[in-house]
Amino acid sequence: MELSEHLFRRESGRLVAALTRIFGIHNLALAEDVVQDAFCRALEVWKVRGVPDNPSGWLMAVAKNRALDIVRRERTARTFAPELARVLESEWTLAPAIEEAFASPVMRDEQLKMMFSCCHPSLPEETQIALVLNTLCGFGASEIASAFLVGRAAMEKRISRGKKILAGEHRLFDLSHADFDSRLSAVRRALYLLFSEGYHSASSETAVRTELCGEAIRMTRLLLEAPAAAQPETYALAALMCLHAARLPGRVDVSGDLNPLLEQDRSRWDRKLADEGLALLDRSATGEVVSAYHLEAAIAAAHDAAPSVAATNWTAIVQLYDRLMEVAPSPVVALNRAIAIAQIEGPESGLEALHAIPDAGRLSRYPFYPAALGELELRRGNLDAARSHFSSAAALARNPVERRFLERRANVCATE
Amino acid sequence: MSQFLYIYRVTAQSRQEAMGTPERAQQSMQRWMKWMADLDAKGHLKDRGQPLENTGKVVRGQNAVVDGPYTEAKDLVGGYTIVEARDIDQAAELSLGCPILAGGGSVEVRPVMKMDM
Repeated sequence: MELSEHLFRRESGRLVAALTRIFGIHNLALAEDVVQDAFCRALEVWKVRGVPDNPSGWLMAVAKNRALDIVRRERTARTFAPELARVLESEWTLAPAIEEAFASPVMRDEQLKMMFSCCHPSLPEETQIALVLNTLCGFGASEIASAFLVGRAAMEKRISRGKKILAGEHRLFDLSHADFDSRLSAVRRALYLLFSEGYHSASSETAVRTELCGEAIRMTRLLLEAPAAAQPETYALAALMCLHAARLPGRVDVSGDLNPLLEQDRSRWDRKLADEGLALLDRSATGEVVSAYHLEAAIAAAHDAAPSVAATNWTAIVQLYDRLMEVAPSPVVALNRAIAIAQIEGPESGLEALHAIPDAGRLSRYPFYPAALGELELRRGNLDAARSHFSSAAALARNPVERRFLERRANVCATE
Repeated sequence: MSQFLYIYRVTAQSRQEAMGTPERAQQSMQRWMKWMADLDAKGHLKDRGQPLENTGKVVRGQNAVVDGPYTEAKDLVGGYTIVEARDIDQAAELSLGCPILAGGGSVEVRPVMKMDM
C-alpha cells in the first residue's frame, strides 16, 4: 500500500476537529496531543508492518480509543465539551458519542466550525490564516513561519495567542449563529489572503507556494460542501483560485524563476483546473451581487481562455478592471488596469494611466509599480528610463526570485 | 546466506524528531517504506518483524517484577526485523540505509546463531 500524498497533514485537521468536538475547544492542546500520539503509533507500526489498506481508518481507530481512555480516566477531574457533558458521563452513551464525532458529515461540520472560529473578528488576519494552516491543514509553526518569512518564535507566539482566544470562546462557532454571514465573509477573506500569499510570492520556494494555494483551494471546497456557505461569492472565490492556480505551472520556470504572464508558455497551464474554475464561475453567476471575487475570477478566466497574449480580450479585461475599481478600489487594481490599457492603446496610454493612479503613494514599496513603468518605457524605446525603473524595482524586491527577475529585466535594457 | 536480527533502538528525542509535524512524519514514513522495499526487492527481507510497545515489565526474579523500561531510558527497543545477508559485514552495511539513523536512533545487528547439529 502506498502512502497517499500529505496523508498525515490531511488527517491531522480532520482528527483534531473530531476530537475537539469531544474534548471541547478549551482542550485543543489535548486533541492535538492525541493526534500526535496516533501518528507516532502509526509511524512505529507501519514502518515495520507496512501501510495498512485503510490508513485513515487505522488512524481514526487509534484516536477513538485514546479519546475513550482519556474521557473515562479524566471525566471527574476535567471538563470536556459542555454540549456533550451529560453524554460523556455515562458508559451507555460515551462510546456512541465518540463514534458519532468521527462520522464523516460530523467531521466535516466540525472542520467548518473550526474554520469559522479561527476567523474570529478580534484576531488579526495574519493570525487567522496561521491558525487555519495550523489546526485545519496540519502545518507546523516552523513550516508556517518559513512560508511567511517570519521567525519561528514569532510564529509560535502568534499561533498560541490565537489559540488562547479560541479557548476563551468556550465553544466553536455555531453554524446557525446570527453572525454566520459576516463571519463567512471573514472566512472567505482569510482563504483569499492565504491563496494570494501562495500565489504572489513572499516565500521564494515554489513548492511551498504551490502548497499554500492547494490548501486554500481545499479549504474553499470544504466550505462549498456546507449548503449555508455555498453562496455565489464562495463559488466565485473558488473559481478565482482555480483559474489562477491553473497558470501556476507556467508562472515559475524550471529554474524557479518568475515568468511574467506575457511571456508564459501557455501549454504548461493546467487545463483541467481551468475548466473546473470555469464551471465554478458559472455556478457563481446567480443572485444580484457582483463581488470583487466574481470580477477577479472573470479577469482570470479571460486570461486562461486566451491562446496567446495577442488573442487576449484586453477590452473585456479593462472593463472588468473598471468595475473592480468601483467595487474594491485599490492602487494594485489600478496598476493592473493600466497594464491592460497599454495592451490596447500602447505604452503611452499605459504610462498615463500609471501616473494617474490616485494614491500611488501606497505603491511606493511595491516593486511591480516601478517594474510596470520600466516595461512600458522599454516598450516605447526609452531604455535609460526603463533601466532605472527596473533597478529601483529590484531594490524593492521581497525575495531572491523577484530580485533575479527584476535584475534580468534591467539587463535587457542595457543590452538592447 | 545467514540470518541477522535488526534491533531498532530509538531515543525519546529521535521519536520526537521524526514526528515534529505531520509532514515530517510523512517524510520519515516514506523513507522507511523505501528502505524496506529496497531490502525486499534485493531479497534480503526474511521477516518484516514487529514493532514493540514502549513499556512493559522487567522481571528479575519472584519479587523483582517492575514496570519498565521507562521512556526516559536512553534507548528503547522499538521493534525488530530479520534479514538475510552473506555475512555480518553485509548485514551491517545494509542497515546503513535505515532511516532510524538519521533521527539519532541506532540499529543493532546480531547474527542469528546457527545450530549445526
